[in-house]
Amino acid sequence: MKFARTIAIAALLTAAGIGSLAATEIPQAERRSGFSFMSPDTKAIQNDDTANPGMLSVLDGEKLWNSNANPTNKACAGCHYDVGAMKGVAARYPAFDKTLGRPINLEQRINLCRVQHQQATPLPYESRDLLALTAYVAEQSRGMPITAGSDPQLQPFVAKGFELFMHRQGQLNLACANCHDDNWDKHLAGSAITQAQPTGYPLYRLEWQSLGSLQRRLRNCMIGTRAQPYDYGAPELVELELYLMSRAQGMPIETPAVRP
Amino acid sequence: MPSALINVPAKAKRGEIIEIKTLMSHIMETGYRRTATGEIIPRDIITSFACRYNGVEIFRADLFPAIAANPFITFTTVATESGKFEFEWIGDRGFSETASASIIVE
Amino acid sequence: MDKPTDATRRQFLAITGSAALLAVTLRPAEATPAMLTSAIRNVVGSAVVQTGKVKLDIPPLVENGNTVPMTVSVTSPMTPEDYVKSIHVFNEKNPQPNIGNFYLGPRAGRAQVSTRIRLADSQKIVAIARLSDGSFWSVSADVIVTLAACTEEVD
Repeated sequence: MKFARTIAIAALLTAAGIGSLAATEIPQAERRSGFSFMSPDTKAIQNDDTANPGMLSVLDGEKLWNSNANPTNKACAGCHYDVGAMKGVAARYPAFDKTLGRPINLEQRINLCRVQHQQATPLPYESRDLLALTAYVAEQSRGMPITAGSDPQLQPFVAKGFELFMHRQGQLNLACANCHDDNWDKHLAGSAITQAQPTGYPLYRLEWQSLGSLQRRLRNCMIGTRAQPYDYGAPELVELELYLMSRAQGMPIETPAVRP
Repeated sequence: MPSALINVPAKAKRGEIIEIKTLMSHIMETGYRRTATGEIIPRDIITSFACRYNGVEIFRADLFPAIAANPFITFTTVATESGKFEFEWIGDRGFSETASASIIVE
Repeated sequence: MDKPTDATRRQFLAITGSAALLAVTLRPAEATPAMLTSAIRNVVGSAVVQTGKVKLDIPPLVENGNTVPMTVSVTSPMTPEDYVKSIHVFNEKNPQPNIGNFYLGPRAGRAQVSTRIRLADSQKIVAIARLSDGSFWSVSADVIVTLAACTEEVD
């Protein structure tokens, strides 16, 4: 019964386009970035590029962009020249990859470049180097509105991501929507519940004391609901990322954000 | 080489009090955390930070594990003459990093 | 082996209960008020510490104990005749009482230092300033620290 209703909602969403209202979706006018839920002190850390620890990763990314991935081959700069060419890229990821026939996120895109064009090994997920490169590229989209999910080829995957967002899981039997659609701006223990708009990834999370990706945060949430988290790079995580980014369409990118 | 972010005004008037902000990439491992199997993760922190203005030390700090990761330290000094600020971070396991910034004082 | 009677079992539980309680209070990984006092004494010696002149800017309710912004400032003309030599910050409940020592001088212009600190639990922070005339001044602030609602397991 619940499954049938989920499919019906997914079909409604697919047919009517992203902007349509599902059962408990946050109205467009009420959407807020996680930034707005933070204390003034934490906001001040994000707003100052010389105090934001995420900017250290951006600096590391700059060095990597210009260095050879492999002694005999090019650096990112060898094909893309100036990183300014990356403006707008993070705002439209996860994007559809023709060869794979499915969406990939920015980290996967960087690794595909390394393997296919730099003859280098892919960087492990959550490694310092992959985070630095992703942060460097994504920072180029800072201030630009999110456009991810508009591509018609992505519709079935956005729908899958929506299904994942709505489906209860784990020992606590919670769906993402239970907190982030229905109870945002309330508190869970001492922490504010946000709307889960991924406007600033990769971001510096004070809890992690380091930069981390959206997939790390999603796995963190799943562990919080006592569910078995999907592996890094799993299609489910990319679909969730895609759904979340499309749900945040129009909101500006904040990378590298700071969150508690 | 770990990244550092330094914020020093490029120009200042003689006698003006300027604010210097520094941010250094470092895990600041406290030495009190344990691995999943129970072993203590050994301490690895920056223990001291110093700033020299044209060779003269104008600020120094002793840091302890209670300083947050990626240490951020802000302090002030009086702009006396044009020249160079040199920053030095020293820590466990032979950690030693420097950075510098120039200033024009008119 | 005979099953222990109810009476002896109650005695057994009472003994282990108090033993557990004893173990908890002897737990070393936490500073005690005595450690805080002796850490302050290491800096101050036998001098009297007066309250005043020092200001501690720290959020009363922190979003995350891993990174707490803190600013210490001291009212002082910062002239060669009258300046702040050093500022020492302490805490009550982290494993160690010291947070940081900051050494200034008349060239500082303003006696003000900002940094970000870690706080393991809700506790008191103490900042002590040593002036050029040898006097010590202090201030303390109480901070409430909450734990994050969803934490990661260590893989």
